[in-house]
Amino acid sequence: MIKSLDPRVNRASIELENPIEPLKEMDQWETFEVFHQKKRGDQHMHVGIVHAPNADMALLFAKEQYGRRGLSVNIWVVKTRDVFTTDYDDSDIFETVPEKQYREAGGYKVMDKINKYKKSVKA
Amino acid sequence: MYGNAYIDPNEKAAGILAGEDPQKLAEFEARIARGEKIEPKDWMPKEYRKQLVRMIEQHAHSEIIGALPEGTWITRAPGFRRKLALMAKVQDEVGHGQLLYSAAETLGKSREAMINDLITGKSKYSNVFNYPAFTWADACVIAWLIDAGAIINQVANAKGSYGPYCRALDRICTEESFHLKYGHDNVVTLATGTPVQRKMVQEALNRWWPPIMHFFGPSDKISNHTEILMRWKVKMATNDDMRQQFLNMYVPKIWDLGLTVPDVNLIKNEETGKWDYTEPDWDEFKRVINGGGPCNAERLAVRRNAEERGRWVREALNTAESKYIVPLA
Repeated sequence: MIKSLDPRVNRASIELENPIEPLKEMDQWETFEVFHQKKRGDQHMHVGIVHAPNADMALLFAKEQYGRRGLSVNIWVVKTRDVFTTDYDDSDIFETVPEKQYREAGGYKVMDKINKYKKSVKA
Repeated sequence: MYGNAYIDPNEKAAGILAGEDPQKLAEFEARIARGEKIEPKDWMPKEYRKQLVRMIEQHAHSEIIGALPEGTWITRAPGFRRKLALMAKVQDEVGHGQLLYSAAETLGKSREAMINDLITGKSKYSNVFNYPAFTWADACVIAWLIDAGAIINQVANAKGSYGPYCRALDRICTEESFHLKYGHDNVVTLATGTPVQRKMVQEALNRWWPPIMHFFGPSDKISNHTEILMRWKVKMATNDDMRQQFLNMYVPKIWDLGLTVPDVNLIKNEETGKWDYTEPDWDEFKRVINGGGPCNAERLAVRRNAEERGRWVREALNTAESKYIVPLA
């Protein structure tokens, strides 16, 4: 029996030599991705995962893990296996080219024309 | 709270890169040199994955085991407010363990495998937690100075190259600042209190000084791994540099309180700008980290007991349709 400085350990009567069966696969359940909203009006942000046996427990653990401090108004959880993702190896699909300036606000510059027009009207 | 990952200095560094695709390796190193993060499904050298798993896993175990010496004092903390604060701190430490296990999992080692390696003694955890907290003052010194050391290490590592580890550390560092303030407040209360309280905190500091000096790990001069781990931004500062940073920040604060540090050789060398100190006893460090410390056996027995007594609950909640896949980030 452990002789500990910790009264809780002594009360629990724990053997010092207490080999146990190793944890089996799935002992810690599957994982859920957690999305957290700080305040109304904000986007929900991905903040990490929890291990849980079902969605109710996942919400409970997510509240403890990610909503313990600071602002929180809402949490979502979704099973990791239900999330579809792109590959980082394919991140070139997001590349753009200078010709696509037509879809940017910066692609439209009119002051030159306006100033030129004003000058011509004055003249 | 955590010191540095312990790597056996005798382990061979040669052959670390054997069999790696040179082009992929060059791209990987260029990405890190540009300051970009590595994400879980990216190509990475075997040694990078191995060292990160070891480091993050040790860090996670340290949070879980570190809750034990402090948890000792929850029932005996002086006053209701301190009890609540200590419970909050211990809950934070366990939460940090969860965040870190999650980060390590993204590298392919399951949480079950990590817990199994902890409770059989195969994995290491921070050596300081193999020492007992004799008095309330010990718990205060741990909360102030061990957490201070942990912050130095974690702030450095949060700038590392592995995305999931950095994200976990950012969350952790925010909470550690409460631990540090809480610990400092407790130490200041004792040090500015009655002669009995001052004596108590000085004795605790004397007990904890050697483990604190061990905290950042052996001098890097004897490690084969330092260079490549720093190039890969797995390690962000040498053990000696972090120890110097700790001394620089906290020795003056200890002296401010009229407490003494139990090392007659401790002095800031005006020429080098660095602290001189008595070389810590690294044989003692090795003896304790390999199982010979006063609390190693107790810590693991308590952990095994907790896993075993909770097992039926975890099994009862499990459903046949559950299926594990590696977390995304």
